[in-house]
Amino acid sequence: MKQDKEEKDNNIVSQRASRISPSGIRKFFDLLGSIEGVISLGVGEPDYTTPWHIREAAIYSIENGFTMYTSNSGIPELRQELSRYIQKRYELEYDWKTELLITVGVSEALDLAMRAVIDPGDEVIMSDPCYVAYEPSVILSGGVPVKVPTSEENAFELDARDIEAKITNKTKAILMGYPSNPTGAVMPWEKLVKIADVACRHNLLMIVDEIYSHLVYGIEHTCMAALPGMKECTVLLSGFSKSYAMTGWRIGYAAANKEIIAAMTKIHQYTIMCAPTMAQIAAIEALKSGEDSVTEMVEDYNHRRLVMVKGLRNIGLSCFEPKGAFYAFPSIKSTGMKSEEFAERLLIEEKVAVVPGTAFGKCGEGYIRCCYATSLKEIEEALERMKWFVERHRKA
Amino acid sequence: MLKKILKILEDDARATPERIATMLGTSEDEVTAIIKKAEAEGKILKYKTLINWDKVNDEHVWALIEVQVSPQRDTGYDAIAEKIYRFPQARSVYLMSGTYDLAVLVMGKSMHEIADFVGQKLSPIEGVRAASTHFIMRRYKEDGEIMNGKEEIKRQPVIL
Repeated sequence: MKQDKEEKDNNIVSQRASRISPSGIRKFFDLLGSIEGVISLGVGEPDYTTPWHIREAAIYSIENGFTMYTSNSGIPELRQELSRYIQKRYELEYDWKTELLITVGVSEALDLAMRAVIDPGDEVIMSDPCYVAYEPSVILSGGVPVKVPTSEENAFELDARDIEAKITNKTKAILMGYPSNPTGAVMPWEKLVKIADVACRHNLLMIVDEIYSHLVYGIEHTCMAALPGMKECTVLLSGFSKSYAMTGWRIGYAAANKEIIAAMTKIHQYTIMCAPTMAQIAAIEALKSGEDSVTEMVEDYNHRRLVMVKGLRNIGLSCFEPKGAFYAFPSIKSTGMKSEEFAERLLIEEKVAVVPGTAFGKCGEGYIRCCYATSLKEIEEALERMKWFVERHRKA
Repeated sequence: MLKKILKILEDDARATPERIATMLGTSEDEVTAIIKKAEAEGKILKYKTLINWDKVNDEHVWALIEVQVSPQRDTGYDAIAEKIYRFPQARSVYLMSGTYDLAVLVMGKSMHEIADFVGQKLSPIEGVRAASTHFIMRRYKEDGEIMNGKEEIKRQPVIL
Protein backbone atom coordinates (compact mmCIF):
# COMPACT_ATOMS: atom_id res chain seq x y z
CA MET A 1 0.00 0.00 0.00
CA LYS A 2 2.76 2.36 1.04
CA GLN A 3 4.68 1.45 -2.04
CA ASP A 4 1.61 2.07 -4.20
CA LYS A 5 1.35 5.56 -2.79
CA GLU A 6 4.98 6.31 -3.40
CA GLU A 7 4.67 5.15 -6.97
CA LYS A 8 1.74 7.44 -7.51
CA ASP A 9 3.53 10.38 -5.94
CA ASN A 10 6.44 9.85 -8.22
CA ASN A 11 4.13 9.46 -11.19
CA ILE A 12 6.05 6.44 -12.40
CA VAL A 13 2.86 4.53 -13.02
CA SER A 14 0.12 6.37 -14.84
CA GLN A 15 -3.09 7.18 -13.04
CA ARG A 16 -4.90 5.13 -15.61
CA ALA A 17 -2.86 2.01 -14.91
CA SER A 18 -3.14 2.58 -11.16
CA ARG A 19 -6.89 2.63 -11.46
CA ILE A 20 -7.12 -0.97 -12.57
CA SER A 21 -7.17 -3.15 -9.51
CA PRO A 22 -4.81 -6.10 -9.55
CA SER A 23 -6.55 -9.42 -9.25
CA GLY A 24 -7.83 -9.65 -5.68
CA ILE A 25 -7.00 -13.30 -5.54
CA ARG A 26 -3.30 -13.00 -6.23
CA LYS A 27 -2.53 -14.48 -2.84
CA PHE A 28 -4.69 -17.43 -3.71
CA PHE A 29 -2.73 -18.06 -6.91
CA ASP A 30 0.55 -17.97 -5.02
CA LEU A 31 -0.80 -20.45 -2.52
CA LEU A 32 -1.88 -22.73 -5.34
CA GLY A 33 1.66 -22.99 -6.67
CA SER A 34 2.91 -24.36 -3.37
CA ILE A 35 0.47 -27.26 -3.00
CA GLU A 36 0.81 -30.60 -4.75
CA GLY A 37 -1.85 -33.08 -5.82
CA VAL A 38 -4.41 -30.38 -6.54
CA ILE A 39 -7.44 -31.16 -8.68
CA SER A 40 -8.19 -27.97 -10.50
CA LEU A 41 -11.68 -26.82 -11.40
CA GLY A 42 -10.16 -23.38 -11.68
CA VAL A 43 -9.21 -23.27 -15.31
CA GLY A 44 -10.86 -21.28 -18.06
CA GLU A 45 -9.91 -23.40 -21.03
CA PRO A 46 -10.68 -26.76 -22.61
CA ASP A 47 -8.76 -29.83 -21.47
CA TYR A 48 -8.47 -30.97 -25.07
CA THR A 49 -5.36 -30.28 -27.03
CA THR A 50 -6.04 -28.67 -30.39
CA PRO A 51 -7.35 -31.29 -32.87
CA TRP A 52 -4.45 -32.83 -34.73
CA HIS A 53 -5.51 -31.73 -38.22
CA ILE A 54 -5.34 -28.10 -37.06
CA ARG A 55 -1.93 -28.52 -35.44
CA GLU A 56 -0.70 -30.32 -38.53
CA ALA A 57 -1.78 -27.44 -40.76
CA ALA A 58 0.26 -25.03 -38.66
CA ILE A 59 3.32 -27.28 -38.67
CA TYR A 60 3.06 -27.60 -42.45
CA SER A 61 2.86 -23.82 -42.75
CA ILE A 62 6.09 -23.43 -40.80
CA GLU A 63 7.80 -26.08 -42.92
CA ASN A 64 6.71 -24.18 -45.99
CA GLY A 65 8.10 -20.91 -44.75
CA PHE A 66 4.96 -18.99 -43.85
CA THR A 67 6.96 -17.06 -41.30
CA MET A 68 6.41 -13.44 -42.42
CA TYR A 69 3.91 -10.77 -41.42
CA THR A 70 0.48 -11.03 -42.94
CA SER A 71 -1.84 -8.24 -43.99
CA ASN A 72 -2.74 -6.13 -40.92
CA SER A 73 -6.33 -7.28 -41.07
CA GLY A 74 -5.41 -10.93 -41.37
CA ILE A 75 -4.76 -13.40 -44.21
CA PRO A 76 -7.41 -12.76 -46.91
CA GLU A 77 -8.28 -16.48 -47.11
CA LEU A 78 -8.97 -16.54 -43.37
CA ARG A 79 -11.23 -13.49 -43.59
CA GLN A 80 -13.03 -14.99 -46.58
CA GLU A 81 -13.55 -18.29 -44.75
CA LEU A 82 -14.70 -16.40 -41.68
CA SER A 83 -17.15 -14.34 -43.68
CA ARG A 84 -18.57 -17.53 -45.23
CA TYR A 85 -18.75 -19.18 -41.82
CA ILE A 86 -20.66 -16.29 -40.20
CA GLN A 87 -22.97 -16.15 -43.20
CA LYS A 88 -23.69 -19.87 -42.95
CA ARG A 89 -24.17 -19.84 -39.20
CA TYR A 90 -26.19 -16.65 -38.69
CA GLU A 91 -27.22 -15.59 -42.21
CA LEU A 92 -25.24 -12.47 -41.59
CA GLU A 93 -23.15 -10.79 -44.28
CA TYR A 94 -19.81 -9.24 -43.41
CA ASP A 95 -17.60 -7.91 -46.19
CA TRP A 96 -14.28 -9.68 -45.62
CA LYS A 97 -12.32 -6.70 -46.91
CA THR A 98 -13.80 -4.00 -44.70
CA GLU A 99 -15.87 -5.51 -41.92
CA LEU A 100 -13.62 -8.19 -40.40
CA LEU A 101 -10.40 -8.00 -38.41
CA ILE A 102 -8.28 -10.91 -37.19
CA THR A 103 -6.89 -10.25 -33.71
CA VAL A 104 -4.69 -11.78 -31.05
CA GLY A 105 -7.50 -13.55 -29.24
CA VAL A 106 -10.76 -11.93 -28.21
CA SER A 107 -8.72 -10.14 -25.55
CA GLU A 108 -7.11 -7.91 -28.15
CA ALA A 109 -10.36 -7.49 -30.03
CA LEU A 110 -12.02 -6.30 -26.82
CA ASP A 111 -9.26 -3.81 -26.10
CA LEU A 112 -9.35 -2.49 -29.68
CA ALA A 113 -13.12 -2.15 -29.66
CA MET A 114 -12.98 -0.11 -26.47
CA ARG A 115 -10.17 2.13 -27.65
CA ALA A 116 -11.90 2.62 -30.98
CA VAL A 117 -15.22 3.78 -29.58
CA ILE A 118 -14.72 5.15 -26.04
CA ASP A 119 -13.99 8.79 -25.30
CA PRO A 120 -12.96 9.90 -21.79
CA GLY A 121 -15.93 9.73 -19.47
CA ASP A 122 -18.06 7.53 -21.72
CA GLU A 123 -19.98 4.94 -19.77
CA VAL A 124 -20.12 1.27 -20.68
CA ILE A 125 -22.77 -0.93 -19.14
CA MET A 126 -21.90 -4.52 -18.23
CA SER A 127 -23.23 -7.28 -16.02
CA ASP A 128 -21.97 -8.12 -12.56
CA PRO A 129 -20.53 -10.75 -12.34
CA CYS A 130 -18.75 -10.69 -15.68
CA TYR A 131 -15.49 -11.73 -17.28
CA VAL A 132 -12.46 -10.23 -15.55
CA ALA A 133 -11.18 -8.20 -18.52
CA TYR A 134 -14.32 -6.15 -19.20
CA GLU A 135 -13.92 -3.56 -16.47
CA PRO A 136 -10.17 -2.96 -17.00
CA SER A 137 -10.58 -2.70 -20.77
CA VAL A 138 -13.10 0.10 -20.29
CA ILE A 139 -10.97 1.90 -17.71
CA LEU A 140 -7.84 1.66 -19.85
CA SER A 141 -9.61 3.37 -22.70
CA GLY A 142 -10.71 6.19 -20.40
CA GLY A 143 -14.27 5.01 -20.01
CA VAL A 144 -16.35 4.37 -16.92
CA PRO A 145 -17.69 0.87 -16.27
CA VAL A 146 -21.27 0.76 -15.03
CA LYS A 147 -22.34 -2.53 -13.49
CA VAL A 148 -25.79 -4.04 -13.69
CA PRO A 149 -26.27 -6.68 -10.98
CA THR A 150 -27.50 -10.09 -12.05
CA SER A 151 -28.57 -12.87 -9.72
CA GLU A 152 -29.05 -16.59 -9.41
CA GLU A 153 -32.81 -16.07 -9.15
CA ASN A 154 -32.77 -14.66 -12.69
CA ALA A 155 -30.31 -17.27 -13.92
CA PHE A 156 -27.66 -14.53 -14.14
CA GLU A 157 -29.33 -13.13 -17.23
CA LEU A 158 -29.24 -9.42 -17.97
CA ASP A 159 -32.57 -7.67 -17.85
CA ALA A 160 -33.40 -4.89 -20.31
CA ARG A 161 -35.16 -2.82 -17.65
CA ASP A 162 -32.16 -2.97 -15.31
CA ILE A 163 -29.96 -1.83 -18.16
CA GLU A 164 -32.29 1.01 -19.09
CA ALA A 165 -32.28 2.24 -15.50
CA LYS A 166 -28.50 2.73 -15.72
CA ILE A 167 -28.49 4.68 -18.97
CA THR A 168 -27.34 8.30 -18.74
CA ASN A 169 -26.42 10.84 -21.39
CA LYS A 170 -22.86 9.54 -21.13
CA THR A 171 -23.69 5.92 -21.88
CA LYS A 172 -21.93 4.81 -25.03
CA ALA A 173 -22.19 1.06 -25.16
CA ILE A 174 -23.41 -2.14 -23.58
CA LEU A 175 -20.75 -4.82 -23.21
CA MET A 176 -22.07 -8.36 -22.92
CA GLY A 177 -20.45 -11.78 -22.75
CA TYR A 178 -22.91 -14.65 -23.11
CA PRO A 179 -22.65 -17.64 -22.79
CA SER A 180 -21.07 -16.29 -19.65
CA ASN A 181 -17.74 -16.79 -18.02
CA PRO A 182 -18.10 -17.19 -14.98
CA THR A 183 -21.74 -18.20 -14.58
CA GLY A 184 -22.47 -20.41 -17.60
CA ALA A 185 -25.64 -18.39 -18.20
CA VAL A 186 -27.00 -18.10 -21.73
CA MET A 187 -29.22 -15.21 -22.80
CA PRO A 188 -32.49 -16.51 -24.22
CA TRP A 189 -33.61 -14.98 -27.52
CA GLU A 190 -36.59 -13.10 -26.04
CA LYS A 191 -34.41 -11.30 -23.49
CA LEU A 192 -31.78 -10.39 -26.06
CA VAL A 193 -34.42 -8.85 -28.30
CA LYS A 194 -35.48 -6.56 -25.48
CA ILE A 195 -31.90 -5.48 -24.83
CA ALA A 196 -31.40 -4.86 -28.55
CA ASP A 197 -34.51 -2.69 -28.44
CA VAL A 198 -33.12 -0.63 -25.53
CA ALA A 199 -29.80 -0.21 -27.36
CA CYS A 200 -31.58 1.00 -30.50
CA ARG A 201 -33.85 3.44 -28.70
CA HIS A 202 -30.95 5.02 -26.84
CA ASN A 203 -28.59 4.86 -29.78
CA LEU A 204 -26.08 2.67 -27.94
CA LEU A 205 -23.44 0.39 -29.35
CA MET A 206 -23.64 -3.32 -28.47
CA ILE A 207 -20.24 -4.89 -27.91
CA VAL A 208 -20.72 -8.63 -27.60
CA ASP A 209 -18.14 -11.23 -26.67
CA GLU A 210 -19.49 -14.49 -28.07
CA ILE A 211 -16.39 -16.63 -27.61
CA TYR A 212 -18.44 -19.44 -26.04
CA SER A 213 -21.15 -19.41 -28.70
CA HIS A 214 -20.56 -23.02 -29.72
CA LEU A 215 -20.73 -24.31 -26.18
CA VAL A 216 -24.46 -24.33 -25.47
CA TYR A 217 -26.54 -27.24 -24.22
CA GLY A 218 -30.17 -27.74 -25.06
CA ILE A 219 -30.59 -24.11 -26.13
CA GLU A 220 -29.67 -22.23 -29.30
CA HIS A 221 -27.14 -19.46 -29.15
CA THR A 222 -28.53 -16.18 -30.46
CA CYS A 223 -26.02 -13.84 -32.05
CA MET A 224 -26.75 -10.22 -31.14
CA ALA A 225 -25.60 -8.97 -34.55
CA ALA A 226 -28.05 -11.32 -36.27
CA LEU A 227 -31.11 -9.77 -34.63
CA PRO A 228 -33.11 -7.59 -37.03
CA GLY A 229 -31.44 -4.22 -37.55
CA MET A 230 -28.60 -4.94 -35.10
CA LYS A 231 -25.69 -5.59 -37.42
CA GLU A 232 -24.83 -1.92 -37.88
CA CYS A 233 -24.72 -1.12 -34.17
CA THR A 234 -23.07 -4.31 -32.93
CA VAL A 235 -19.40 -5.13 -32.55
CA LEU A 236 -19.21 -8.91 -32.60
CA LEU A 237 -16.14 -10.38 -30.92
CA SER A 238 -15.31 -14.03 -31.05
CA GLY A 239 -12.51 -16.46 -31.67
CA PHE A 240 -11.31 -19.98 -31.92
CA SER A 241 -9.97 -20.63 -28.43
CA LYS A 242 -12.91 -22.36 -26.80
CA SER A 243 -14.68 -23.96 -29.75
CA TYR A 244 -11.61 -25.47 -31.34
CA ALA A 245 -9.51 -25.88 -28.17
CA MET A 246 -7.02 -23.30 -29.45
CA THR A 247 -6.46 -21.10 -26.40
CA GLY A 248 -2.69 -20.91 -26.71
CA TRP A 249 -2.80 -19.89 -30.38
CA ARG A 250 -4.19 -16.51 -29.47
CA ILE A 251 -6.44 -15.97 -32.42
CA GLY A 252 -9.73 -14.12 -32.43
CA TYR A 253 -11.70 -11.72 -34.56
CA ALA A 254 -13.96 -8.71 -34.63
CA ALA A 255 -16.86 -8.18 -37.01
CA ALA A 256 -18.52 -4.78 -37.19
CA ASN A 257 -19.38 -1.96 -39.52
CA LYS A 258 -16.73 -0.48 -41.79
CA GLU A 259 -16.11 2.61 -39.70
CA ILE A 260 -15.47 0.76 -36.45
CA ILE A 261 -13.34 -1.94 -38.09
CA ALA A 262 -11.26 0.77 -39.80
CA ALA A 263 -10.66 2.47 -36.44
CA MET A 264 -9.82 -0.82 -34.75
CA THR A 265 -7.50 -1.80 -37.60
CA LYS A 266 -5.59 1.47 -37.22
CA ILE A 267 -4.85 0.76 -33.56
CA HIS A 268 -4.13 -2.88 -34.32
CA GLN A 269 -1.61 -2.04 -37.03
CA TYR A 270 0.41 0.23 -34.75
CA THR A 271 0.31 -1.97 -31.66
CA ILE A 272 0.23 -5.54 -32.94
CA MET A 273 0.87 -5.43 -36.70
CA CYS A 274 -0.87 -8.72 -37.33
CA ALA A 275 -1.93 -11.85 -35.51
CA PRO A 276 0.70 -14.64 -35.63
CA THR A 277 0.87 -16.10 -39.12
CA MET A 278 0.95 -19.77 -38.12
CA ALA A 279 -2.02 -19.31 -35.83
CA GLN A 280 -3.96 -17.70 -38.67
CA ILE A 281 -3.21 -20.65 -40.92
CA ALA A 282 -4.33 -23.01 -38.16
CA ALA A 283 -7.55 -21.01 -37.88
CA ILE A 284 -8.22 -21.44 -41.61
CA GLU A 285 -7.97 -25.19 -41.16
CA ALA A 286 -10.26 -25.01 -38.09
CA LEU A 287 -12.92 -23.15 -40.08
CA LYS A 288 -12.63 -25.42 -43.10
CA SER A 289 -12.92 -28.74 -41.35
CA GLY A 290 -13.19 -28.36 -37.61
CA GLU A 291 -16.95 -28.68 -37.34
CA ASP A 292 -16.89 -32.39 -36.43
CA SER A 293 -14.46 -31.93 -33.59
CA VAL A 294 -16.64 -29.12 -32.21
CA THR A 295 -19.76 -31.29 -32.19
CA GLU A 296 -17.90 -34.07 -30.42
CA MET A 297 -16.47 -31.76 -27.79
CA VAL A 298 -19.85 -30.17 -27.09
CA GLU A 299 -21.41 -33.58 -26.52
CA ASP A 300 -18.61 -34.49 -24.16
CA TYR A 301 -18.85 -31.22 -22.22
CA ASN A 302 -22.57 -31.75 -21.86
CA HIS A 303 -21.99 -35.12 -20.15
CA ARG A 304 -19.57 -33.51 -17.73
CA ARG A 305 -21.87 -30.56 -17.16
CA LEU A 306 -24.69 -32.84 -16.03
CA VAL A 307 -22.36 -34.80 -13.74
CA MET A 308 -20.99 -31.57 -12.25
CA VAL A 309 -24.34 -29.89 -11.62
CA LYS A 310 -25.97 -32.99 -10.17
CA GLY A 311 -22.90 -33.61 -8.01
CA LEU A 312 -22.92 -30.06 -6.63
CA ARG A 313 -26.61 -30.29 -5.84
CA ASN A 314 -26.11 -33.67 -4.15
CA ILE A 315 -23.53 -32.05 -1.91
CA GLY A 316 -26.23 -29.59 -0.92
CA LEU A 317 -24.96 -26.55 -2.80
CA SER A 318 -27.67 -24.80 -4.75
CA CYS A 319 -26.66 -24.48 -8.38
CA PHE A 320 -28.70 -22.94 -11.14
CA GLU A 321 -28.51 -24.87 -14.39
CA PRO A 322 -25.76 -23.42 -16.55
CA LYS A 323 -26.68 -23.76 -20.22
CA GLY A 324 -23.43 -22.64 -21.81
CA ALA A 325 -19.65 -22.28 -21.66
CA PHE A 326 -18.04 -24.85 -19.33
CA TYR A 327 -18.68 -23.42 -15.90
CA ALA A 328 -21.02 -24.16 -13.04
CA PHE A 329 -21.54 -21.33 -10.55
CA PRO A 330 -22.86 -22.89 -7.34
CA SER A 331 -23.83 -20.93 -4.26
CA ILE A 332 -21.78 -21.62 -1.16
CA LYS A 333 -23.91 -19.42 1.10
CA SER A 334 -25.12 -22.45 3.07
CA THR A 335 -21.60 -22.83 4.49
CA GLY A 336 -21.61 -19.32 5.90
CA MET A 337 -18.25 -18.67 4.31
CA LYS A 338 -17.30 -15.88 1.95
CA SER A 339 -16.23 -16.93 -1.54
CA GLU A 340 -12.55 -16.25 -1.04
CA GLU A 341 -12.45 -17.99 2.31
CA PHE A 342 -14.26 -20.99 0.84
CA ALA A 343 -11.88 -21.23 -2.12
CA GLU A 344 -8.81 -20.84 0.03
CA ARG A 345 -9.84 -23.36 2.66
CA LEU A 346 -11.08 -25.86 0.06
CA LEU A 347 -7.67 -25.65 -1.56
CA ILE A 348 -5.76 -26.10 1.68
CA GLU A 349 -8.01 -28.72 3.26
CA GLU A 350 -9.08 -30.80 0.27
CA LYS A 351 -6.73 -29.71 -2.51
CA VAL A 352 -9.44 -28.69 -4.92
CA ALA A 353 -8.98 -25.41 -6.76
CA VAL A 354 -12.02 -23.32 -7.67
CA VAL A 355 -12.24 -19.61 -8.38
CA PRO A 356 -14.06 -17.37 -5.88
CA GLY A 357 -17.03 -15.63 -7.50
CA THR A 358 -15.79 -12.28 -6.26
CA ALA A 359 -13.00 -12.40 -8.87
CA PHE A 360 -15.77 -11.53 -11.34
CA GLY A 361 -17.51 -8.77 -9.44
CA LYS A 362 -19.31 -7.96 -6.20
CA CYS A 363 -22.36 -9.99 -7.20
CA GLY A 364 -20.14 -13.06 -7.33
CA GLU A 365 -19.96 -13.04 -3.52
CA GLY A 366 -21.41 -16.27 -2.16
CA TYR A 367 -20.54 -18.21 -5.31
CA ILE A 368 -17.61 -20.13 -6.74
CA ARG A 369 -16.75 -20.89 -10.36
CA CYS A 370 -16.23 -24.57 -11.08
CA CYS A 371 -14.96 -25.43 -14.54
CA TYR A 372 -16.03 -28.83 -15.84
CA ALA A 373 -13.60 -28.88 -18.78
CA THR A 374 -11.67 -31.64 -17.09
CA SER A 375 -11.94 -35.43 -17.13
CA LEU A 376 -14.97 -37.14 -15.60
CA LYS A 377 -12.65 -38.99 -13.25
CA GLU A 378 -11.28 -35.72 -11.90
CA ILE A 379 -14.71 -34.13 -11.66
CA GLU A 380 -15.97 -37.06 -9.61
CA GLU A 381 -12.93 -37.01 -7.35
CA ALA A 382 -13.24 -33.24 -6.86
CA LEU A 383 -16.93 -33.56 -6.01
CA GLU A 384 -16.13 -36.24 -3.47
CA ARG A 385 -13.56 -33.99 -1.78
CA MET A 386 -15.94 -31.03 -1.85
CA LYS A 387 -18.61 -33.16 -0.23
CA TRP A 388 -16.38 -33.89 2.77
CA PHE A 389 -15.47 -30.24 2.97
CA VAL A 390 -19.02 -28.95 2.86
CA GLU A 391 -20.24 -31.54 5.35
CA ARG A 392 -17.54 -30.52 7.79
CA HIS A 393 -18.32 -26.83 7.48
CA ARG A 394 -22.05 -26.72 7.03
CA LYS A 395 -23.63 -24.05 9.18
CA ALA A 396 -25.48 -25.59 12.09
CA MET B 1 -30.61 -43.02 -26.36
CA LEU B 2 -29.20 -46.48 -27.15
CA LYS B 3 -26.47 -45.04 -29.38
CA LYS B 4 -25.52 -42.47 -26.75
CA ILE B 5 -25.26 -45.17 -24.08
CA LEU B 6 -23.23 -47.43 -26.36
CA LYS B 7 -20.83 -44.60 -27.16
CA ILE B 8 -20.19 -44.02 -23.45
CA LEU B 9 -19.73 -47.75 -22.78
CA GLU B 10 -17.47 -48.19 -25.77
CA ASP B 11 -15.16 -45.60 -24.27
CA ASP B 12 -15.48 -46.82 -20.68
CA ALA B 13 -16.92 -50.27 -20.03
CA ARG B 14 -16.92 -49.56 -16.31
CA ALA B 15 -19.31 -46.61 -16.52
CA THR B 16 -22.14 -47.47 -14.14
CA PRO B 17 -25.79 -47.06 -15.12
CA GLU B 18 -26.00 -44.37 -12.45
CA ARG B 19 -23.20 -42.33 -13.98
CA ILE B 20 -24.47 -42.86 -17.52
CA ALA B 21 -27.93 -41.71 -16.42
CA THR B 22 -26.43 -38.51 -14.96
CA MET B 23 -24.35 -37.87 -18.05
CA LEU B 24 -27.37 -38.17 -20.31
CA GLY B 25 -29.88 -36.53 -17.99
CA THR B 26 -32.11 -39.59 -17.73
CA SER B 27 -33.03 -42.20 -15.11
CA GLU B 28 -30.90 -45.08 -13.95
CA ASP B 29 -33.76 -47.51 -14.57
CA GLU B 30 -34.04 -46.49 -18.19
CA VAL B 31 -30.31 -46.91 -18.75
CA THR B 32 -30.30 -50.34 -17.06
CA ALA B 33 -33.25 -51.50 -19.16
CA ILE B 34 -31.66 -50.32 -22.42
CA ILE B 35 -28.34 -52.01 -21.59
CA LYS B 36 -30.07 -55.29 -20.68
CA LYS B 37 -31.98 -55.25 -23.94
CA ALA B 38 -28.84 -54.47 -25.95
CA GLU B 39 -27.06 -57.37 -24.26
CA ALA B 40 -29.94 -59.73 -24.99
CA GLU B 41 -30.04 -58.67 -28.64
CA GLY B 42 -26.31 -59.15 -29.07
CA LYS B 43 -25.71 -55.47 -29.66
CA ILE B 44 -23.37 -55.53 -26.70
CA LEU B 45 -21.22 -58.64 -27.05
CA LYS B 46 -18.79 -58.30 -24.20
CA TYR B 47 -17.11 -55.79 -21.86
CA LYS B 48 -13.37 -55.81 -22.41
CA THR B 49 -10.27 -53.99 -21.23
CA LEU B 50 -7.70 -52.44 -23.52
CA ILE B 51 -4.31 -53.51 -22.17
CA ASN B 52 -0.88 -52.36 -23.15
CA TRP B 53 0.75 -55.80 -23.05
CA ASP B 54 4.12 -54.35 -23.95
CA LYS B 55 4.27 -52.98 -20.43
CA VAL B 56 3.49 -56.35 -18.87
CA ASN B 57 6.49 -58.17 -20.37
CA ASP B 58 4.13 -60.31 -22.35
CA GLU B 59 5.84 -62.71 -24.71
CA HIS B 60 3.01 -63.00 -27.18
CA VAL B 61 3.54 -62.51 -30.87
CA TRP B 62 0.97 -61.06 -33.26
CA ALA B 63 0.78 -61.39 -37.02
CA LEU B 64 -1.47 -60.14 -39.76
CA ILE B 65 -2.00 -62.83 -42.39
CA GLU B 66 -3.22 -61.93 -45.84
CA VAL B 67 -5.16 -64.88 -47.20
CA GLN B 68 -6.20 -65.40 -50.81
CA VAL B 69 -9.02 -67.87 -51.26
CA SER B 70 -11.16 -69.31 -54.05
CA PRO B 71 -14.76 -68.50 -53.19
CA GLN B 72 -17.06 -71.48 -53.28
CA ARG B 73 -20.35 -72.01 -55.03
CA ASP B 74 -23.29 -71.25 -52.67
CA THR B 75 -21.26 -70.17 -49.67
CA GLY B 76 -18.86 -67.64 -51.26
CA TYR B 77 -16.21 -66.61 -48.76
CA ASP B 78 -18.25 -67.40 -45.68
CA ALA B 79 -17.51 -71.12 -45.32
CA ILE B 80 -13.75 -70.63 -45.64
CA ALA B 81 -13.84 -67.67 -43.27
CA GLU B 82 -15.67 -69.83 -40.75
CA LYS B 83 -13.08 -72.61 -41.02
CA ILE B 84 -10.48 -70.00 -40.15
CA TYR B 85 -12.26 -68.08 -37.43
CA ARG B 86 -13.14 -71.29 -35.55
CA PHE B 87 -9.47 -71.49 -34.56
CA PRO B 88 -8.91 -69.64 -31.29
CA GLN B 89 -5.57 -68.38 -32.60
CA ALA B 90 -7.43 -66.22 -35.11
CA ARG B 91 -8.30 -63.14 -33.05
CA SER B 92 -9.88 -61.10 -35.83
CA VAL B 93 -11.00 -62.11 -39.29
CA TYR B 94 -12.11 -59.63 -41.95
CA LEU B 95 -13.22 -59.95 -45.57
CA MET B 96 -11.26 -57.37 -47.54
CA SER B 97 -11.51 -55.62 -50.85
CA GLY B 98 -8.30 -55.38 -52.89
CA THR B 99 -5.45 -57.74 -53.63
CA TYR B 100 -6.25 -60.39 -51.06
CA ASP B 101 -9.49 -61.70 -49.58
CA LEU B 102 -9.27 -62.36 -45.85
CA ALA B 103 -7.24 -60.52 -43.26
CA VAL B 104 -6.56 -62.70 -40.23
CA LEU B 105 -5.05 -61.31 -37.06
CA VAL B 106 -3.31 -64.14 -35.24
CA MET B 107 -1.84 -64.32 -31.76
CA GLY B 108 0.66 -66.95 -30.66
CA LYS B 109 3.28 -67.55 -27.99
CA SER B 110 6.10 -67.40 -30.51
CA MET B 111 6.84 -66.84 -34.18
CA HIS B 112 7.27 -70.54 -34.39
CA GLU B 113 3.79 -71.21 -33.12
CA ILE B 114 2.29 -68.82 -35.64
CA ALA B 115 4.32 -70.39 -38.45
CA ASP B 116 2.96 -73.78 -37.41
CA PHE B 117 -0.59 -72.45 -37.36
CA VAL B 118 -0.25 -70.99 -40.84
CA GLY B 119 1.57 -73.99 -42.27
CA GLN B 120 -0.44 -76.76 -40.64
CA LYS B 121 -3.90 -75.33 -40.06
CA LEU B 122 -4.63 -72.33 -42.21
CA SER B 123 -2.90 -72.97 -45.54
CA PRO B 124 -4.12 -76.56 -45.92
CA ILE B 125 -7.78 -75.46 -45.69
CA GLU B 126 -9.47 -76.29 -48.96
CA GLY B 127 -9.98 -73.15 -51.02
CA VAL B 128 -7.05 -71.26 -49.50
CA ARG B 129 -4.77 -70.36 -52.40
CA ALA B 130 -2.08 -68.36 -50.65
CA ALA B 131 -1.24 -66.90 -47.26
CA SER B 132 1.41 -64.31 -46.53
CA THR B 133 2.31 -63.63 -42.93
CA HIS B 134 3.33 -60.21 -41.59
CA PHE B 135 4.53 -60.10 -38.00
CA ILE B 136 3.56 -57.07 -35.97
CA MET B 137 6.66 -55.40 -34.63
CA ARG B 138 5.24 -52.56 -32.56
CA ARG B 139 1.81 -51.26 -31.65
CA TYR B 140 1.56 -47.50 -31.74
CA LYS B 141 -2.17 -47.07 -31.44
CA GLU B 142 -4.95 -49.50 -30.72
CA ASP B 143 -8.68 -48.85 -30.94
CA GLY B 144 -8.11 -45.11 -30.98
CA GLU B 145 -5.77 -45.14 -27.99
CA ILE B 146 -2.11 -44.18 -28.29
CA MET B 147 -0.20 -46.96 -26.53
CA ASN B 148 2.82 -45.06 -25.25
CA GLY B 149 3.47 -41.40 -24.67
CA LYS B 150 -0.12 -40.27 -24.47
CA GLU B 151 -0.26 -36.49 -24.50
CA GLU B 152 -0.34 -34.88 -21.09
CA ILE B 153 -2.54 -31.88 -20.53
CA LYS B 154 -0.22 -28.97 -20.01
CA ARG B 155 -2.44 -26.36 -18.38
CA GLN B 156 -2.01 -23.81 -15.66
CA PRO B 157 -4.03 -24.69 -12.56
CA VAL B 158 -6.01 -21.44 -12.53
CA ILE B 159 -6.92 -19.32 -15.49
CA LEU B 160 -9.57 -16.65 -15.30
